[in-house]
Amino acid sequence: MAKSQEQLHERRSLSSLIYDPQFRSYAFQILLLLVLVGFGWWIVQNTVTNLQAQNKTTGFDFLSNTAGFDIGFSLVPYSRESTYLEVFYVGILNTLLVAITGIVLATLLGFVLGIARLSSNWIIARLATIYIEIIRNIPLLLQLFFWYFAVLKSMPSVRSSLELVGGAVFLNNRGLYLPNPNANSAFLWVQIAIALVLVGGFFLQRWSIRRVELTGERFPYIPVFLVLLIVVPTVTWFVSGAEWNITYPELNRFNFQGGIQLPPEFVALLFGLVIYTAAFIGETVRAGIVSVSSGQTEAAQSLGLKNNDRLNLVVIPQAMRVIVPPLTSQYLNLTKNSSLAVAIGYPDIVNVFMGTALNQSGKAIEVIFMTMMVYLTLSLLTSMIMNWYNARIALTER
Amino acid sequence: MSNDIAYVRKEMAPDMPPPVTQTGIMGWMRKNLFLDIPNSLMTILALAFLVWTVPTLFNFLIGNAVFVAEDGTLCRAPEAGACWAYVIDRFDFYIYGFYPDSEYWRPNLVFIVAALLITHLLWPDLPYKGISAIAFFVGLPILAVILLNGGSFGLPEVTTEKWGGLMVTLIIASVGIVVSLPLGVVLALGRRSHMPFVKYVSIAFIELWRAVPLITVLFMASVMLPLFLPEGTTIDKILRALVGVALFQTAYMAEVVRGGLQALPKGQYEAANALGLNYFKSMYLIILPQALKHVIPGIVNSFISLFKDTSLVSIVGLFDLLGTVQATSALVEWKAPHQATTGYLFAASIFWIFCFGMSRYSMYMERRLDTGHKE
Repeated sequence: MAKSQEQLHERRSLSSLIYDPQFRSYAFQILLLLVLVGFGWWIVQNTVTNLQAQNKTTGFDFLSNTAGFDIGFSLVPYSRESTYLEVFYVGILNTLLVAITGIVLATLLGFVLGIARLSSNWIIARLATIYIEIIRNIPLLLQLFFWYFAVLKSMPSVRSSLELVGGAVFLNNRGLYLPNPNANSAFLWVQIAIALVLVGGFFLQRWSIRRVELTGERFPYIPVFLVLLIVVPTVTWFVSGAEWNITYPELNRFNFQGGIQLPPEFVALLFGLVIYTAAFIGETVRAGIVSVSSGQTEAAQSLGLKNNDRLNLVVIPQAMRVIVPPLTSQYLNLTKNSSLAVAIGYPDIVNVFMGTALNQSGKAIEVIFMTMMVYLTLSLLTSMIMNWYNARIALTER
Repeated sequence: MSNDIAYVRKEMAPDMPPPVTQTGIMGWMRKNLFLDIPNSLMTILALAFLVWTVPTLFNFLIGNAVFVAEDGTLCRAPEAGACWAYVIDRFDFYIYGFYPDSEYWRPNLVFIVAALLITHLLWPDLPYKGISAIAFFVGLPILAVILLNGGSFGLPEVTTEKWGGLMVTLIIASVGIVVSLPLGVVLALGRRSHMPFVKYVSIAFIELWRAVPLITVLFMASVMLPLFLPEGTTIDKILRALVGVALFQTAYMAEVVRGGLQALPKGQYEAANALGLNYFKSMYLIILPQALKHVIPGIVNSFISLFKDTSLVSIVGLFDLLGTVQATSALVEWKAPHQATTGYLFAASIFWIFCFGMSRYSMYMERRLDTGHKE
């Protein structure tokens, strides 16, 4: 009798263990850990065996080896004798260059498109809609191919370049040629002046908001700031003796000399990224503006706010709250999409490092790991900055 | 007496028509095109733009285009527009790649079955969706492998090197959706799990794949997968791309599903608990049906980007639709100034039809699902 009681108790404790959520949760997590570790171990074992069979070593020593190949476009000095590490840097810089330029231009075009799509002008709204619906639904890679192979590569040759902006800008199948505004060393003072005005403007805005809140008196900080932004650098310009030394691209016997020369790959990639991403940003902006209900506008009107104040104080702050999170992911998308450079030969990190450097050195694991880390870092950085901005403008509730 | 007052009107005045400037076409134009001076300027600029582009485009696409030709001679004429004859000549290649002509019925059959199942699944309010879902997620992949690859049931084998064109694009997109939907649901549930280890593993997986571009994932799949597998295993090129696309898409799908899970009010979870349902039953019977229904538009949108992203496999050496178009863009016999452009236009219009159709469907579902029920 006592024995069966004991058995019953044992069985109950075992069954209650199975139905105990705490125990089940631990058991499941340990099981998952074991499966993951086992899977990881299996992969590592296979990789080691495979690498041994191919007589390959691992490690990051190869980074100091000479790369021995040329890169068509680089922001820092680079030559055939440079190392793989320098290839890595050149790649990152080129990626950043096209991503940052692209983000700035796509934001401008995107906001214009978003606002145009909501325009009361029927034909403008229709044109913006057509643009967005066409561009959004065609793969970016196809658009890049179009810009590069169909447009830029079929541009006239150097001899018969297209002249734009009254002969200051040239476009041919070797790229885009812009005038280079070289400034002398005194220009540094002008830059410092601009930076000071920008910092000052920030404090001016905070001071004027405080003043409005305390006394109700308004201070026209935006006009004052704009006047300062024009006057102070101009005065500094003349006082410091800074001057432009613009060099225009000029046609020599075989090619253009002077000015800024942008390779066709860069131009095509930038064009494609900006045009594609702007369509998505336009939709984001439109959604943000539409999300501010018309009651808000009407309430602002009945409070007697002027047109500008209504936009600046009521509509835009609320719209930005909706716009910023998806805008962040568009920026990230643009940065990631810049990796399509590899398809048209712009030397970004995927092209020169994950492509050429990987093929030459054979260090697949290290190279892919480093490249992925670059994108991971860029993604995390962008999200951090935008999260900080988003937290600033987010709705502060009680 | 009162009748004598001369200045009081005795009958109603007839309604005057509204001013011409307020109604009809004139009124509409005033309101929508020429409201004020900046608006009128914009309208005139836009009209000028249209007058400049539309005839040019029409002439290029239709007016001066070459529709019937044996080779590129006609397309090389200086005033010739798009060279459609070249696309028509290469059409089979763009759709099936190197698949043998005599076996075209096999991909055709697979696509008809797939199209029927998808229509049934996406058409709202049709019965027996469960059967279709099982057929689509289990039956169709098996049928596709048997039919497309061949080698059994007396069908001659067609190796994957011969696959190409739109067929490959559709295969990669479908496999992406078939694999990523269930795995994405699992990962989304994992990310919202109360078990810390499960949660952080899910977050790490999702964020890693979402942070890197698809092209690096494809490179990784094509270079590193052979290293990860036991020595001597060979893994097919198309399969490598499929693994990459599936991993990538799973992470995105998980985020879409998570959005649906988060949108459900807490009361639903609590109600499921109160009914005494265990985790799997409460998810299967209460949470997921509601969450997934709400994210149908999101799922379709992520499928649109997947469909566009499949074009990237042409960079790792597969011949999808864009790959085949790009491969023939320098074909000597059709050499013409607008040869490449015409090919791109063709590919673009196919991609556009698919993506635009899907986005319309997603908007339609959004309107249908938007039936109040908002907090």
